[in-house]
Amino acid sequence: MDKIKGLFCKECKKPYPAEAIHVCEFCFGPLEVAYNYEVIQKNISKEKIMQGPLSLWRYADLLPVESQPTVGLNTGFTPFVHAKNLGKQLGLDYLYLKNDSVNAPTLSFKDRVVAVALTRARELGFDTVACASTGNLANSVSANAAEANFKCFVFIPADLEAGKILGNLVYKPNVVAVEGTYDDVNRLCSEIAGEYPWAFVNINVRPYYSEGSKTLAFETAEALGWQAPDHVVVPIASGSLLTKIYKGFHEFERLNLIPSVTTQIHGAQAEGCSPVATAFKKKKDFIQPVKPDTIAKSLAIGNPADGFYAIKIAQETGGLIESVSDTEIIEGIKLLAENEGIFTETAGGVTIAVLKKLANQGVFQKNKSVVAYITGNGLKTQEAIAPAVGAPWHIQPNLKSFQNTLQKEGK
Amino acid sequence: MIKVRIPTPLRRLTGGQGEVDIEGDSVSALINTLETQYPGIKERLCDEEGAIRRFVNIYINEEDIRFHQGLDTPVKQGDEVSIIPAIAGG
Repeated sequence: MDKIKGLFCKECKKPYPAEAIHVCEFCFGPLEVAYNYEVIQKNISKEKIMQGPLSLWRYADLLPVESQPTVGLNTGFTPFVHAKNLGKQLGLDYLYLKNDSVNAPTLSFKDRVVAVALTRARELGFDTVACASTGNLANSVSANAAEANFKCFVFIPADLEAGKILGNLVYKPNVVAVEGTYDDVNRLCSEIAGEYPWAFVNINVRPYYSEGSKTLAFETAEALGWQAPDHVVVPIASGSLLTKIYKGFHEFERLNLIPSVTTQIHGAQAEGCSPVATAFKKKKDFIQPVKPDTIAKSLAIGNPADGFYAIKIAQETGGLIESVSDTEIIEGIKLLAENEGIFTETAGGVTIAVLKKLANQGVFQKNKSVVAYITGNGLKTQEAIAPAVGAPWHIQPNLKSFQNTLQKEGK
Repeated sequence: MIKVRIPTPLRRLTGGQGEVDIEGDSVSALINTLETQYPGIKERLCDEEGAIRRFVNIYINEEDIRFHQGLDTPVKQGDEVSIIPAIAGG
């Protein structure tokens, strides 16, 4: 018996075959992978996982692929850091960072979802992969498609950071820069996906793709000695990552790999694009879309597909969804770099700034475990932070000049 | 006439057509015309109260109707309307 039964609609539960489809034909609800957990239960164990590869594929039993993985063999298993300096500042004894800013091959958590999506795309017989992206996803699809010999089309908003545009071009995919916001790109790609026989990782392959994010929860639970943390802080763009981290902990619980899960799931958005935080605060269960205006471009989704589910999970688990200003985002990036030596991009700045906000509000008790997800690398969004980090001391190549400067700087 | 683009999940109802040309002066009028020509399509787009379903987005000339007046948003000759599943991206 196979571990994958098929797909099913998250809303009306109608079953579908495990093909490249993502939406219920009847209610338009999202399709999810239906697993045969009895089969998985028989195959999975802590010992087997611990003897597995040092990548996200150690959790292959809970990922929606049927054969051996073919893409992203070095992806995942990123550092899990006990952040003692930052924890001290925030009054937390057990603050941890899941550091996907050094994920392979393209320095963001998107390498996880792409590893799964492209492995599945190959199983389904596609020779061309594509995506709508705020940047990191396009980088990962481009790099992985190059290695795995797929034809590749990536669609991005034209105003992306230079590092993220170059981070596509170098792998030589077809890069399409669309005059518009990410939401325009996404809408356009939904239409393109209906016309071309391509695997759009976050459209028609989305049910498989999104499952890759669960590995962030699996790695966290394993690193904590096979238990879920008390709190997590997760950035929200579409909301998919937050829902899958929740799902990951609960799958481990269901399979008796960890004790009962009581994790409070908190979400982080930028004020300039906070449709989910706004709906959460107003206790609405529908999202009013917004036109994004924030430096956190990787989170700038004004019309978030999984926003509704992210709100439900935060409410159910006693979590909060907060937003922070661009100034706080930059402070967040600096706070993390200066205390923990980790240089994250703007999305990580959002996460750290919200973590700080929640800590200051007294949401976390000192002795509780808190995990913040650092999802991208600061070298990709240098223009956001450049004006805020000062400049080097310029000196002449002699000792006197150095000593004068040292004195002047009061060091 | 107004061009309406039909998403894949609804094309069975339009005889496989990805685009249809119909008349109407507002989004709700267009949906009613669609229903007359392609019976069954309205219940797929709207819930029991007649509101657009949670997972359906409608755009007029690339602009989400939620930035205008939703179902009451006027449409005029030459406009292009897209019906798109909300679940995508991220």
